[in-house]
Amino acid sequence: MAEAQCGGECATVKGLMSGKGRETVKEAAWSNNVVAVQILGICSVLAVTTRASNSIAMGLALMFVAGGSSFIISLLRDITPKRIRIIAKMAIIAVLVIIVDQILKAFYWEMSLALGPYVGLIITNCLVLGRGEAFAQHNPPLLSAVDGIATATGYAGVLVVIGLFRELVGAGEILGITVLSPEWYPRNQFMILAPGAFIALGFLIALFNHMRGETAVE
Amino acid sequence: MDIATLMTISFSAIFVSNFVLARFLGLCPFIGVTKKIENALGMGAAVTFVMFLAGVVTYLLYGLILKEGAVWIDADLELVLRTPMYILVIATLVQLVEMFLRARVPALYDALGIYLPLITTNCAIMGVALLNTTDAPVEISEAAGASLAHGLFVAGWHGISAGIGFTLAMILMSGIRERLDMADVPAPLKGMPVAFICAGLMSMAFFGFTGML
Repeated sequence: MAEAQCGGECATVKGLMSGKGRETVKEAAWSNNVVAVQILGICSVLAVTTRASNSIAMGLALMFVAGGSSFIISLLRDITPKRIRIIAKMAIIAVLVIIVDQILKAFYWEMSLALGPYVGLIITNCLVLGRGEAFAQHNPPLLSAVDGIATATGYAGVLVVIGLFRELVGAGEILGITVLSPEWYPRNQFMILAPGAFIALGFLIALFNHMRGETAVE
Repeated sequence: MDIATLMTISFSAIFVSNFVLARFLGLCPFIGVTKKIENALGMGAAVTFVMFLAGVVTYLLYGLILKEGAVWIDADLELVLRTPMYILVIATLVQLVEMFLRARVPALYDALGIYLPLITTNCAIMGVALLNTTDAPVEISEAAGASLAHGLFVAGWHGISAGIGFTLAMILMSGIRERLDMADVPAPLKGMPVAFICAGLMSMAFFGFTGML
C-alpha cells in the first residue's frame, strides 16, 4: 500500500527535511510508527510473533534491510531513471533480503526454520519499499539510512511487544524461560494461534491511539 | 495425483490455511481495500488471476532453472536467484495484466485503479510462489511429484484455490466493515483496531475447519 499511503505521508516527509536526524528518528519510530499508525507490513507482524525471540530476529533483519536499502536507494537516487525506479528498488531490496536469508541459514539454522518463508517475504514488506519511495528518494544517504533503521526500530518495537505478550499468555514463557508455572497456569493456545495475533494487534493499536490522544485513524 | 488430492489442496488453501486468516498473507489489501464490497470483489478477482499466472510461471522457472541439478552450474541457484527472479516475474505479470486490461477491458481497469499495480507488493502472490516451490507443504510437494507437467498443474491449481480463499476473506471482511460503519465503537477502537479484532474473530471461525483434513 506504499503509494496509496503516500498522499498523507509525503507531506510529513517534506516537513521533516528541515528537522534532520533527531526529528527523523522520533517521527519514524514513534509518532508515525509503521505498524500502529500507518498499518504497513502487518503480514509478518502477525506471522512471526508467536515467540519473542522470533520477533527480535525478524526486527533485526528488517532493520538491516530497511537501513541498507534506504542508504543504497538514496545513493543512487539521482541516476535512477524514474520509469524503472520500482524495479531498481526491488532489485536492491532483493539483494539485501538474500544476504539476511543466507546469514540466518548459515549461522542460525533453527531461527531460519522458525521464521520459514517470512524471511523471503521481507521483499514484499511494504515498509521497506515505502521508505524507499517516500523518504530515500528525496534525502541524502546517511539521513535515509537513519530513517530506514528508525522506521524498522518502530516496527521491531511493535513486534517485540506483541511477541512477549503472545509468548507469555500462550506458553507462559518469556524468551523461552518458563515464567508462569504449568502447574497453576494452563497454556492459552489461543494466543499462539492465528486469531490471537489479530486480536492482540487490534488492542495494541487501540492502546497506541489512546496514548497518542487520538481517536479514529482511518 | 487424483481428484481427492486436488480437493485437499483446494480445501486447505481456501479454508483450513486460508491465506489471509491463517497464513497472514496479503493483509494490506485485506485491511486497505475492504471498505466496499465491489472493490473487495474486483481486487479478489485481479489477485486470483495474477496468483494463477505467477504460480505457473514461477514453477516453470523453478523446475527448469532453480531446482537442484536442473542446470549444470556449481552454485546454489535456488538460494541466490529465487527472490529476485520471483519478484521480477510478479512485477512483469502485473504490468502485463495492467496493459491488457487498459487496452481490452477499460471498465475493469478504471474500477481497480491504484490497486492493480499494488498487487506487485502483495505478499500473498509471493507466498503462492514460495509455497509451490521451495516452502511447499507436504500435500503439494507429494501431488507435484517429480514430473514437471504435474507440478505445473498443481501450481496453477493451488494458485487459483489460494485466490478464491483470498477473495472469500475479502468479501466477508468488507461485508462486516460496511456494517461496522454504523456501529457504536469505543473511541480508541474505531477504524483499524476494531477491523483487526473482527479479523481475529473470523480467523477463529475458520479454525473450525482444521479438523476436516
